[in-house]
Formats: sequence, structure tokens, C-alpha cells
Amino acid sequence: MAEKILVQGNEAVGWGALAADCKGFFGYPITPQNEIIEWFAKEFPNRGRVFIQSASETGSINMLHGGVATGARAMTSTSGPGWALMQEGMSNLANAELPCIIVLVQRGWNTTRHAQTDYTSVTQGGGYGGYKTIVLAPKSIQELHDFVQLGFYLADKYRTPVIVLSDAILGQMMESLELKTLDFGPLPDKDWAITGKANHKDGNRRFSSIAQGMLPTPRHPNLCAFWEDYTEKLDTIKKNEVRYETYQVEDAELILVAFGYVARVSQEAIIRARKKGLKIGLIRPITLWPFPSEIIRDKARQGAKFLVVEDNMGQMIEDVKLAVEGHAEVHLVNALDRHLHTEEGAIYPEKVLEKLEGLVKEGGL
Amino acid sequence: MEHEWITGTPKLWRDIPLIIPFCPGCQHGTAIKALCEAIDELGMEGNAVLVVGVGCYTMASVLVNVDSIMVAHGRPGDVASAMKRMLGKDTIVITWQGDGDALAIGCEPTIHAAARGEKITTFMVNNGNYGTTGGQLAPTTIMGQVTTTTPFGRNQNQGYPIHATEFIGGLQGVVYSARGAFTSPAHYQKTKKYMKRALEKQRDGIGYGFVEILSTCPANWHLSPKDSLKRIEEEVIPQFPLGEFKNVDKIE
Repeated sequence: MAEKILVQGNEAVGWGALAADCKGFFGYPITPQNEIIEWFAKEFPNRGRVFIQSASETGSINMLHGGVATGARAMTSTSGPGWALMQEGMSNLANAELPCIIVLVQRGWNTTRHAQTDYTSVTQGGGYGGYKTIVLAPKSIQELHDFVQLGFYLADKYRTPVIVLSDAILGQMMESLELKTLDFGPLPDKDWAITGKANHKDGNRRFSSIAQGMLPTPRHPNLCAFWEDYTEKLDTIKKNEVRYETYQVEDAELILVAFGYVARVSQEAIIRARKKGLKIGLIRPITLWPFPSEIIRDKARQGAKFLVVEDNMGQMIEDVKLAVEGHAEVHLVNALDRHLHTEEGAIYPEKVLEKLEGLVKEGGL
Repeated sequence: MEHEWITGTPKLWRDIPLIIPFCPGCQHGTAIKALCEAIDELGMEGNAVLVVGVGCYTMASVLVNVDSIMVAHGRPGDVASAMKRMLGKDTIVITWQGDGDALAIGCEPTIHAAARGEKITTFMVNNGNYGTTGGQLAPTTIMGQVTTTTPFGRNQNQGYPIHATEFIGGLQGVVYSARGAFTSPAHYQKTKKYMKRALEKQRDGIGYGFVEILSTCPANWHLSPKDSLKRIEEEVIPQFPLGEFKNVDKIE
């Protein structure tokens, strides 16, 4: 039987990274992710792995750049303001096609309390140039641990940065965690790694560049050649890697769409609504990019209405509106619907239930 | 009698069909030549990794026949630190930067890599302005120097130049710091010796080395190549003296 431990979400990130054989961590203190860098500071050096505390998040993301350019697995973590500082680095990692993981423990704008305010930034490519990165949104401590491993796999498979989107609630709460190493199958060799010519079978130099298209790399002699390849890669990811979970959507007349901790809250609201005979279901995007547009569009065409539940002022709702293509009403439960009207409040099942009952009444569902 | 060629391109200078965008009289080419020779003479071709920032000298990342990585403007110090730690002591990690890259936008990574005593080597080519973007004020622009953003000459409003080699040498984690120039063959040889010493400090696992190389920028200085060399001798070197500022064999 696999070992089970009781841990905080931030620590689960570390155990997931270790299971994925991550070799390096670079980070800078910021609430509410401090336990992540503290975990790596404690657990990595004595295992012969690299830990460096950077001098800023700009430093973290660029150390990550160097760390993964060697072909090894490495990661960083941060929260909102630090995430903003990492955007240039994210663009560079995307352009240089370097696989890596960034765990973003969201906070409420610039409070140190929880929220889901970085959805748009992570899904739209917050830096320059027009890139996208895979975004995985766990809803539990177990998933945090598992998605770090999945993230490393997808990063290596597509040579892209991957974001694991946590938040202050997931990061700070404790749950039991089953420590297990996940096997996703074989991956291509990292023949591109920068390790010194003597380490390459062919003895030829390798060149990694953040300016693919300007400085010619073997694969991409100019910018349009790079764009062509890069777009094809994003299309492949969109085709193959959409992940989502559904709950009682088969007969649902109203479908909630929620990610992260709010998905668990929404599921509880649905259990209560079903007891009252209301036909409510849930679509929970696991990949926020690529977004599960198809299932939402299909359900919209079949006549379902939508209620987006998110702990911000309405960010994912944009993607849901695009997905329904005008076929369905899309409503919102947002951060102003918290049980306390402060940064300390959270979205509770009661509020979701109240909102959906209101919609049912006025819509005659 | 057998003759040995002492001219020509260095062994590690790649023969590639690219126009090298260095202006007449610019010494970036000279600096990259010295880098090629230093790596070759120390037998580091197979295990060297070159981390290059952003400026005219970014061409070094495609010109030098060693594994190379071009990274964000100012960030070679961060990238190189991580690469060295991940690859281990047998890899020689070198950053190739300009004065704006290492001291303005990249001041944080440069100072912190040095302070942590990272076992890497930084070569900073200092031409006193931002050459690539048309000759703006740099952290190394000397007082009174006219640039496109100090059109009346640098004065107290823009503050004072940074003498990196001196202050980086003052950090505990640094084992070698020196400043050289290429104004004569003798200076070329001496500067290359500094570069090799800094690389040897890394090879021997002693610590961080920093070498500043004074360089010309004739196009933006609006001087001929010859007058540019004269300016370095008469105006720059008195402000940025040449020589070794730190050379120790262990960190106390």
C-alpha cells in the first residue's frame, strides 16, 4: 500500500516534484507560497539536488531558465505580484521552448488572502509575444501533488512551460496525501540540452535562444518559420490535452462551471440542489488552457444554461461565453458573493445554492 | 624554414554565412576573438557553456563554437548560476555581457551571483553606452560624455558611473576581478591573460571571477576607429584604470 501522510498543499508540491525527479528549485519568498520554498530548502540539498534562493522573482524565473536549459527537470513557485515579475521570463521560456513548471499560489489581488485572480494572466499568456502555456488547476492536495508530476510530463512532451495553478486555500489547508510516482509513458530525448559539446554524441555545439526567428536556430531560420512550428505545437496541445471533469451533467438544465477549490464548493451546492429536485450539473475544467470549450458548446446547443462560479470578479466567464457561441445564457457567482464581504471571506455552497435557485425561479427551469 | 601562422581567425570562431553586424572599429569582434582563444588555450572547448545577454555582442552566442545560450537582457548571472549548479564543477560556465546588461538591468543578478560566490566567470565588455540602441547613457558613461540621452553631457542629474570591477572585487564571494583593454597588442595579451586567470579560478573550483573589458563604439561615439582607441587611452582609462583588483586562491 502506498504511503499516506497528512500535509499542507504547499508541501504536497514538494513531494510531487520529488516524485517527478525534479533536480532544481529556484524561488523567492512571497505569501502564501513560502512553505514551498522552505520545503525545497530543507529537502533538496541533502538529496544532492539544487536549491537557490533568488534575489527576486525575475531572478527565479531566469534561474529556472538556466536550470532547465541543461535538460534537467526544475521548477519555481510564486504568488501574484511575483508572477507579474516573471512574465518576461515566461515569454522567453516559451520562445526558447524550454520545459519547466511554475506553481502559482494565487492571492486576492495584493492582499495575502486567497482568491482566483490570476486566471486571465495564466491562460492568456501574460508576457510579450503571444504565447500560451498549459495550465493545470488542481482542487485538492492530492491533485496538487499529482499535477506537478503531470505538469513535468506535459512540459517535456511539448517543450513548453506548464503552470500549476494553486491558491491560498489549497496551499495552506491540510489533507491526506498518497505519495506515489506516476508514470505517463516514454518521453523524447533532450538532445537540445546545453551541457557542453563533449557531452553530445555528435560532438557538435548546441544553441538555445530566446530570440528564435531573429538569431537563426537550426530548426527556425526566421520568425515566420518559428511561428508556423509554434502554432502547430499549440494546436496539437489543444487537440490532445484538454482535461475536465463532469458531475451530473447528463440531464442538467443548469451547469455550473468552476475550477480549483470553488469546484468542490460548487459540487456540494449541486448535491443539495439535487435533493430539492433541481437538475444541476458541473463542468470542472482541469486544464484552464487548453480550455474545455467543446463540452460546454455541446451542452449549450442541447439547451443547458450556465452559471460560472469563480473567486474573482469574473475572468473564466469570458472563456465560457466564447465557448457557448451565443447559444446559452451565462451567469456569474463572483468574489462579492463570499460569505463575508471581506478579503477573509470565501464562496460557500449556501451562496451558490441561493444563486442557482434564483436562476431556476426566474428562468422557469 | 617552417613558418607558423600567427594571424587568421581563432579555431573556435565559427565559419557561418551570417553578416556580422559590428561597425568598423568596434572591438566586440576583438573581444570575442580573445574569448575564443582563451577557451581554446585552456582546453575548455568541450565543457564550456557560454551564457550571452542582449546587445551587439549577442552575436557571440552564434559565433563561438561552444554550447551557447542567449538569454534575457541582464539575466546571464541568474541563468549561469543555475546552469553551473545543475551541471556541476566540471562544466565551465561563462557569461558574456555588456555594461548595460551586467550593471543596469542586470545589476541584481550580477551582484548576487558574485555575492553567492557562484563558480562562474563573467566577462563584461564596457563601451560606455548602449551601442545596439543608438548610444544612450549607460551605467559606465563617464562624466561629461555626450550620449543621445545626455545630449549636454552626463552631469550630476544623471549621477555617476559605476566602477564595477572595483566594487565587485570587494565582495567576499569574489576571487578574481580585473579590467583590461584592447588599445595595443600588449594590452590585448594582458587582457586575455586576465580572462584566462578568471577561467582558471573557476576550473579550480575557487570562486567567482569578473573581468571588465574596455571597448570602443566608434559609430555612437562619432569618432574614427583610430580616435576611438585614443579616447580610451586618454579619457576612459584614467577613469577606469586597468589591472587586477582582486586575485585570491581561497575565500576567507
